[in-house]
Amino acid sequence: MIKHFLKLERKQYFRSSYWQKNIALNILLVFFALYMIGIFVFLGVFLFKILTKFFPEQDPFVVANGFMFFWILGEIGMRFFLQKLPVMSVKPLLTLPVKRSTVVNFVLGKSALSFFNFFPLFLTIPFGISLINNGYPISQVFTWLLALFIISLIANFLNFILEAFSSDLNIPFLPILILVGGLYGLNHFGIISFTEIVANGLLAISNNPIYILIPITILVALYSFNFKILRKKLFLDASLKTKVKDVKAADLSWTKRFGDIAPFMQLDLKLIWRNKRTKSMAFLMVIGLLYGLFFYPQPTYRDMEFMWAFIGIFSTGFFLINFGQFIPAWDSGYYKMLMSQNIKYEQYLRSKWILMTMSVVIMFVLGIPYIFFGWKILIAHFAAAVYNVGVNTHVIMWGGSYNRKKIDLDKKAAFNYQGTGAVQWLIGIPLMAVPMALFGLLNWLIGFELAITTLIVLGVSGIVLHKQFMAMITQKYLDSKYKMIAAFGKDS
Amino acid sequence: MIHTKDISKSYSGTQVLKIDELDIPKGQSFGLVGNNGAGKTTYFSLLLDLINPSTGTITSNDIVVSQSETWKPFTSAFIDETFLIGYLTPEEYFYFIGDLRGQNKADVDALTSKFEDFFNGEIIGKKKYLRDLSKGNQKKAGIVGALIGNPEVIVLDEPFANLDPTTQIRLKQILKDLAKKQGVTVLVSSHDLMHVTDVCERIVVLEKGEVVKDLETNPTTLKELEAHFAKSAVSASEEE
Repeated sequence: MIKHFLKLERKQYFRSSYWQKNIALNILLVFFALYMIGIFVFLGVFLFKILTKFFPEQDPFVVANGFMFFWILGEIGMRFFLQKLPVMSVKPLLTLPVKRSTVVNFVLGKSALSFFNFFPLFLTIPFGISLINNGYPISQVFTWLLALFIISLIANFLNFILEAFSSDLNIPFLPILILVGGLYGLNHFGIISFTEIVANGLLAISNNPIYILIPITILVALYSFNFKILRKKLFLDASLKTKVKDVKAADLSWTKRFGDIAPFMQLDLKLIWRNKRTKSMAFLMVIGLLYGLFFYPQPTYRDMEFMWAFIGIFSTGFFLINFGQFIPAWDSGYYKMLMSQNIKYEQYLRSKWILMTMSVVIMFVLGIPYIFFGWKILIAHFAAAVYNVGVNTHVIMWGGSYNRKKIDLDKKAAFNYQGTGAVQWLIGIPLMAVPMALFGLLNWLIGFELAITTLIVLGVSGIVLHKQFMAMITQKYLDSKYKMIAAFGKDS
Repeated sequence: MIHTKDISKSYSGTQVLKIDELDIPKGQSFGLVGNNGAGKTTYFSLLLDLINPSTGTITSNDIVVSQSETWKPFTSAFIDETFLIGYLTPEEYFYFIGDLRGQNKADVDALTSKFEDFFNGEIIGKKKYLRDLSKGNQKKAGIVGALIGNPEVIVLDEPFANLDPTTQIRLKQILKDLAKKQGVTVLVSSHDLMHVTDVCERIVVLEKGEVVKDLETNPTTLKELEAHFAKSAVSASEEE
C-alpha cells in the first residue's frame, strides 16, 4: 500500500504543471538550499574553534548546549513559516479499500522525511565529529546527536499540531507568536530559565543515555496526538465538506466615486475579505506595520541608515507585495469568465493599482508614530512610500503578467494548511533590494538628502508616467492572455 | 451573425477541430452534439477567444473575434463553473455582471425576477456564496448570469447537465423563447439528443473535430441522430 502511495506522490510532484513551468525558480531554490547547507557545514566544522575562542575558560560542549534553547525556538518558528506540510488528496482514497490509519500513518511518516528534519544535521554532525576529535567519548557524542535529531522530529510534529489549530483562525500566525514569544519572554526575564533546562537536559542525556527515553516519549505522544486529530479529519463530513457560512455583506457603495472601476474594486475587496487565504494576508499587514519596531528600538539598527529604506519599503508596501505578487492569479478561478466579459483590461488592472496605492498611503499614515525614533526615519519612510506607489506597484503588476499558477481560493484545508512556501518569500527580494541598495549607496557616497530625493524623484516620475506604464502593462497582459487562461484552467 | 471560416485548432500536432465553413444566422437556435473529444467546447472557446486558433477565423457580427474585443458587449456565455465567482452571492454575481454590461441594479432585478420559477427559490435571497451552492444551483445561477444585459449571442456549454428534470424542462422553454421571441442567437451543446432536438432549429454533429452532419430539425431528426450515434457505437465495438 505504501508503495502505491509513494508512486502517487512522485507522480503528483513531477507531473504538476507548476514544477514543469518553474524550473528556473526551482533551481534558484536548490541553490538557496545548497547555500544554507554550505553555511551550516562551515559553522559545524568551525563551531568548536569559535566557541573555544570566545569562551576560553568554558567547555565548548556545554556552551553549545546553552544555545540549544534558542536553536529549538528558531527551528519551530522557521518551520511554521517555511515548511510546507505534507499534503495528500484523500477524498479519492476514502471509498477504496484502504485503511484510514494507513493513510494517516503515511502522511505523518512522509512529514518525518521532510528536508527540514535533516537540515540541522549538516551543522550538528560536523560539530559532533570535531567533538570526537577533541577527545569527547564517541558514545556521548552519538547520544547527543540522536537526541538533537529526535528534537527536530518533535519540532516537526509540534508544528503539525500548531498548524492544525492555527489554520482555522483569522490570524493564523498568532499561536506561533504566542508560543515562541512566550517561551522566549519567560526565559529572557528569568522567570523560567529554559536555557538551563534544555542545556542540562541535553547534558544529562549525553552522560546517561537512558534519559533519551524522555524525548522519545514526547515524540511518540506528539505522533499519536497528530494521528488522532488527522484521523478525525478523514471523514467527509468533517473537514472535507464545505462549512456553509452565512454571508455578511458590507456596504461598498463608497467605491462608486472611482467611477468605471468601481465594480472591480468591490470585487477585489470582497475577494480579500471572503477568502481565508487573502484574509490572513490582510491581517499580516499588522506585522508589516510593526516591522520597524523589531529594529528601531535598538540603537545599532537605528543608526544603520540604509536599513531605513528597507524597513520603509517593507512596512508601507507590505500589502502591495503580498497582494501584488499574485495578480492576476487571485482571479484565476474565474479568469475565463472575465476574459469573455465586456471588460477593459486597463480598468481591471487600475482597480488593483488603486487598491495597492491606498494600502501604501494608509500604511504610511499609520506608521507616522515612527517619528518617535527620529524625523529622518519618517522622511525615509515617506520616500519609500512614494517609491512604492510610483515604481513598485508597476513592477509587481508587470511581473504579474508572468503568473501562471492557479490559486485555489476555495481550497479546503484537508491536509493542506499553508498555501505559501519559500517561493513567495523569495519574490519580494528584488522589490526591496533595489531601492535599499540605491538608497544605501547614495547615502553613503553623497548624503542623506540626495538619497531621499532620488527615491522620491523615481517614485514621482513613476506616478507621472502611470498612464504609459499601465498601457505597457496592459499590453503585456493581453499578449499572454491565452497562456494565462490555459494555465489557470489547470490544477497545479 | 456568426461566420466560421477555415478554422482549425491543433495541440502539438494533433488536430482537435477543423471546420471549413459554418454560418449561423441571427436568431437561430443552434445545437452542437458529439461524443467526448469531438471539439464542442473547443469550438465555443474559439468563439469566445479563450484559445487561439491555429488557422482561420471566426467572425461575429462582422468582427473577427481574435482581433478585436468589440464582440464582447453583445455576447455572453456560460461554459462551466469556472465562470462563477465563488465568493460572491448569486445576487452580487448578477450585479457584477450587470455592472460590466451597463445594467443597473433595477435592470438586473427586473431580469432575475422573471426567473423565479427557474430558480425554484433556491438562489435569490439565500445569503449563501456561490461556492456553497450545489452543482445544479450553480449552473442555474451561471445560466441566468449569461442572460443579463440583452446579449445577442448566448453560448451555453452543456446547459442541461446536472439540472433536475423540472429545471431542464423550464430551461428548454427559456431557450426557445430567447431565439423565437427575442431574436437571440443561442448556441448550446449537449449530450442529450432529446433536449437538443427539442430546443434547436438546427443541429450540427461534430466527430473528431469535423462537421459530419448539419440538420434542420424536423420530426425525424431525433431518430436520425440516434441512428447516427448507435452506428458509431456498433462500429466501435467491431473495431475492438
